[in-house]
Amino acid sequence: MLTFTIRRLFLSIPTLILISLAIFMLLQLAPGDPMAQVPLTVPPEVKERMRAALGLGQPPLVQYWKWLVQFFWIEPQVLIDHWFGTSFAEGKQRVISWQTRSPVMDIVVQRIPQTLWVVGLSYIVGILIALPIGIYSAYKQYSVFDQSGTFITMIGFSIPPFFTGPLLIVIFSVQLGWLPSIYDTTHVVRDWASFKVQFMQMVMPVMVLALQTTAQISRYMRSSMLDNLNQDYVRTARAKGLREGVVVMVHVLRNSMIPVVTVIALGVPAIFGGAIITENVFKVNGIGQLLLTALFASDLPMVMTLTFIFAILIVLFNLIADVLYGVLDPRIRYD
Amino acid sequence: MTDQALDPYAALQDKEPPKAPRSQWKDVWDQFKRHKGALFGGGFLMFITLAVILGPYVWQVDPQKLDIRNKDMRPIYVALWDGSAKVGWFRPLGTDNLGRCIMANLIAGGRASMAVGWAAMLLALIIGTTIGVLAGYFKKLDFWLMRFTDLVLSLPILPLLLVAVTLFREPLRQNFGPEGGMFILIVTVVGLTSWMQTARIVRGDILALKEREFILAARSIGTTSGKIIRRHLLPNVISPIMVSATLGLATAIITESALSFLGVGFPSDFPTWGKLLADAVQRMEQYPERVVLPGILISLTVLGVNYLGDGLRDALDPRIRGR
Repeated sequence: MLTFTIRRLFLSIPTLILISLAIFMLLQLAPGDPMAQVPLTVPPEVKERMRAALGLGQPPLVQYWKWLVQFFWIEPQVLIDHWFGTSFAEGKQRVISWQTRSPVMDIVVQRIPQTLWVVGLSYIVGILIALPIGIYSAYKQYSVFDQSGTFITMIGFSIPPFFTGPLLIVIFSVQLGWLPSIYDTTHVVRDWASFKVQFMQMVMPVMVLALQTTAQISRYMRSSMLDNLNQDYVRTARAKGLREGVVVMVHVLRNSMIPVVTVIALGVPAIFGGAIITENVFKVNGIGQLLLTALFASDLPMVMTLTFIFAILIVLFNLIADVLYGVLDPRIRYD
Repeated sequence: MTDQALDPYAALQDKEPPKAPRSQWKDVWDQFKRHKGALFGGGFLMFITLAVILGPYVWQVDPQKLDIRNKDMRPIYVALWDGSAKVGWFRPLGTDNLGRCIMANLIAGGRASMAVGWAAMLLALIIGTTIGVLAGYFKKLDFWLMRFTDLVLSLPILPLLLVAVTLFREPLRQNFGPEGGMFILIVTVVGLTSWMQTARIVRGDILALKEREFILAARSIGTTSGKIIRRHLLPNVISPIMVSATLGLATAIITESALSFLGVGFPSDFPTWGKLLADAVQRMEQYPERVVLPGILISLTVLGVNYLGDGLRDALDPRIRGR
């Protein structure tokens, strides 16, 4: 298992480099001009110099190499400096945003907690709702609960978040006035009352994202439970006199969780992607919103870095899913 | 005693008249009919497709026509609970802040959304099937094509779509006009980023089918590879292709609407469902129907397509069929 993990880790390096090259070359084709916002009175030769200052004058491969070095060599040093107070990265060129002229990673680090709170919490909530629904609808297959559960998950699949978001805002913020429609990221939780405000403003974005998760995972849970409920070992467990609760919740559930856990791991990057829309609806200033604003301002280093972070997430969680599958299921042997 | 009892061949003759032979597609249809959700889904998809195709001929109002005198009208049903609302039968679903008819806009937007959905789905199917068949049939290509598929699968799709659409908007607009360029761009990027599942499924099926006797027989009488693929393999993988086609249609419609919603879709005077929804979000407190109507249309269409896919999967799977 360990050798498999190490091998996969090494294999993911060329994959990531290829992906970053693909993204970089796509961005190179971009016609968007970072100088478009500069006033027309600025003479062309000054514009040329500004361009060179952004590192635009060099051939694409050199630019790509410099980005690689900055992202994989200098940024980790900055992180180490930050943690241990050393000065490895002193005076070295970091990835600079064209919008703010400050390091991209600093802005990303500022934005990530908001995204993580909303996205992470919604994923956990979604899973916590999905698992009991999946278990119970498999146990009572074709019952009213199962049928309505199937229908609701179908709806959850089909309604896009950019519709559920405004719909919830219309119902709960406009008509009923219960919840705020905009997520206030400057809010600090100090006491019970401010915690309540934080809770109220998180309910809607979290539930919108959780609906998507719930729909998907409860389907997987149900079909996985159904596969296991008719197995011989379940009959054996019942025959030796175990209580029904133990049979279902211990024997069947543990075996059914194996594929579900991998699906949960595989779904993490997708939910970060879905957060781009939800953040836009509820005005959460997380990394999805950061990506959108950077795109519209043709801030290529920022776009490049953020897209690549999304790619890292996908590759990483694919790896985690594969490893988990091998760890949990002794029948799977990778070596 | 009758003659019949003496007839020595009576036992060998059929008591009932022979039934007409059943074709595979009749079996599929019989199974499909038993899935009520799939019937409704397919029916709704056909209804909405016909409505957006024939709608402009029935409801002959120009969706772009500005009519400031009749701006901000409410849908006709608002009159049920609010007698003072500005409603009128000549604009049954109301008008927007520039007086454009919302019903005409919904029909025109549906045309755009469905056209994008179908075109992107077909493009993804063609790419996915080609790559899947090539990888499954030709052993030399298999490794590289599948590594390529894995690579594309680990690309972050939505960020890349946003990047591609924002970056290539201008040149394509200049070459093909604002609407045509955007249509080509969105169909291409959605198609190019959603073929992977089809390719994987088709490859798996082709790998299994390739070892069967009928392919060996076909090869032994000298059939060329191209003919084997076209006449023997493709008809056998049509069912997974159809199922992934329905899923592809649903994702394509949602992706197009999401792009329009994020403001990188079609130009502002060209309605699509996602665009109508996004434009209405600013004033949804006063006019919630402008958000809800396109949203419901998107959701119902996608729901219908998903149910259709569910029914097709059951109907086309011979192990489930007939139970």
